[in-house]
Amino acid sequence: MISLLRSIGLIFLHMFRKRETIQYPEEKVVLHPRWRGRIVLTRDPDGGERCVGCYLCAAACPVDCISLQATEDEHGRRYPAFFRINFSRCIFCGYCEEACPTYAIQLTPDFEMGEYNRQNLVYEKEDLLIDSQGKYPGYNYYKVAGLSAGVKGKGEGANEEPPVDIRSLIP
Amino acid sequence: MNEILKYTLMIVIILFTLTTIAAWLIWLERRMLALWQDRYGPNRAGPFGLFIVVADTIKLFFKEDWIPPFAEKAVFVFAPAIVAAAVLLSFVVVPFAPDILVADLDIGLLFFLAMSSLGVYSIVLGGWASNNKYSLLGALRGASQMISYEVFMGLSLMGVVMLSGSFRLTDIVMAQKDFWFVVTQPVAFVLFLTAGIAETHRLPFDIPEAESELVAGFHSEYSGMKFGMFFIGEYLGIILISAMVVTIFFGGWLGPVLPPVVWFTLKTFVFIIFFILLRASLPRPRYDQLMEYGWKIILPIALLNLLVTGGFTLLKN
Ligand code: SF4
Ligand code: SF4
Repeated sequence: MISLLRSIGLIFLHMFRKRETIQYPEEKVVLHPRWRGRIVLTRDPDGGERCVGCYLCAAACPVDCISLQATEDEHGRRYPAFFRINFSRCIFCGYCEEACPTYAIQLTPDFEMGEYNRQNLVYEKEDLLIDSQGKYPGYNYYKVAGLSAGVKGKGEGANEEPPVDIRSLIP
Repeated sequence: MNEILKYTLMIVIILFTLTTIAAWLIWLERRMLALWQDRYGPNRAGPFGLFIVVADTIKLFFKEDWIPPFAEKAVFVFAPAIVAAAVLLSFVVVPFAPDILVADLDIGLLFFLAMSSLGVYSIVLGGWASNNKYSLLGALRGASQMISYEVFMGLSLMGVVMLSGSFRLTDIVMAQKDFWFVVTQPVAFVLFLTAGIAETHRLPFDIPEAESELVAGFHSEYSGMKFGMFFIGEYLGIILISAMVVTIFFGGWLGPVLPPVVWFTLKTFVFIIFFILLRASLPRPRYDQLMEYGWKIILPIALLNLLVTGGFTLLKN
């Protein structure tokens, strides 16, 4: 009996507490930098596409909502011919970002993606690609890769020795 | 002729006011619950979200009004009307002010008891006609809850009747000129309030509905405006019980300065809000606990209260 009265009293006192609700459209939610929201494709510091079309993100995606087609330019640099994410299926788990070897695909703190037409939730490459390096500034995959793809010559990359001249005996 | 016109007008006004208030109570309840749960509640449609009621009503009208093929059709349709009708009938005897009441019956209190318990037919019939196990369980619970709580609802009021010497509600109010009956009959007040909550099937005594055990109890199969009738009936019931508590224990319309109707409304709203507070704070007891509580604890207390009151009245005379 006493406990009932006590809980009635306690609930009554809640009348004078601050309300927890965030009045959303007027008042914005604080989104932290690692919030997993709308997915973007980033570029390297020189403005080239980071994505090398390795399909790892598509393979990692638990709901299979990424589809892409890799292709190569004349220097042998790989890039996606098309890159499509169906956001009506995406669960924003972030596995694609974890799988990506080149930091190309990244999740951003933005969730306001409402659409009237479901088809509009399918984002193409031009919708995904942004002019920014995202969370990993300064990283350029082709600068550290052993491969020459029009970004740097062989042996000119970071932490890279010039190639050994196999016809010479000089050490 | 003039007399008839006056009463017709009075009935229409009271009916209109009551149903309107009952509808807005939905808003009030949601806002108050939100306040006690540190939320805002509906605050978008119109000023303070007041128009949410209109939106809700429109929504209810546009819902599919579905009657399950296995239901007993006529009873199924008829049942929701009973609850609202029974509660509205009880309002016939409620004295809102000395000159605002429909009928000043000399058995007003008995009439109220009779009418308010008629409401259980709506639950029993609705639950039975739905032909659904959960509904039937809800209906059974409703019936047994009503039977056990009806008993000491009546018994707790008999002390008041002894003191005022009349079943007429206006007499009962006038008998409280010096003391409200809550002072002389505090036990009866607590018992009546408890029984009243059980009578309206409000939390914590919403055993027939018990959505965590019985889906939605007796109205599981109801949709659209038929469900709306149960809803309105419940809120009308809250108003009725609050009004009766005020009339019987808190001096009805009596009060200084302000006009009688205002006093009555103010007091009634205090109890309506108390009803909502109870919903916000108390968990639902188990079904057998409710029964045990009613028969083993409250009934003896009600009888004891009656005995003591009777003894005192006898000594005084
Ligand atoms: S966040 Fe998860 S679900 Fe969405 S595209 Fe990436 S891997 Fe797929
Ligand atoms: S986004 Fe990353 S993981 Fe996906 S194909 Fe491009 S490089 Fe590979």
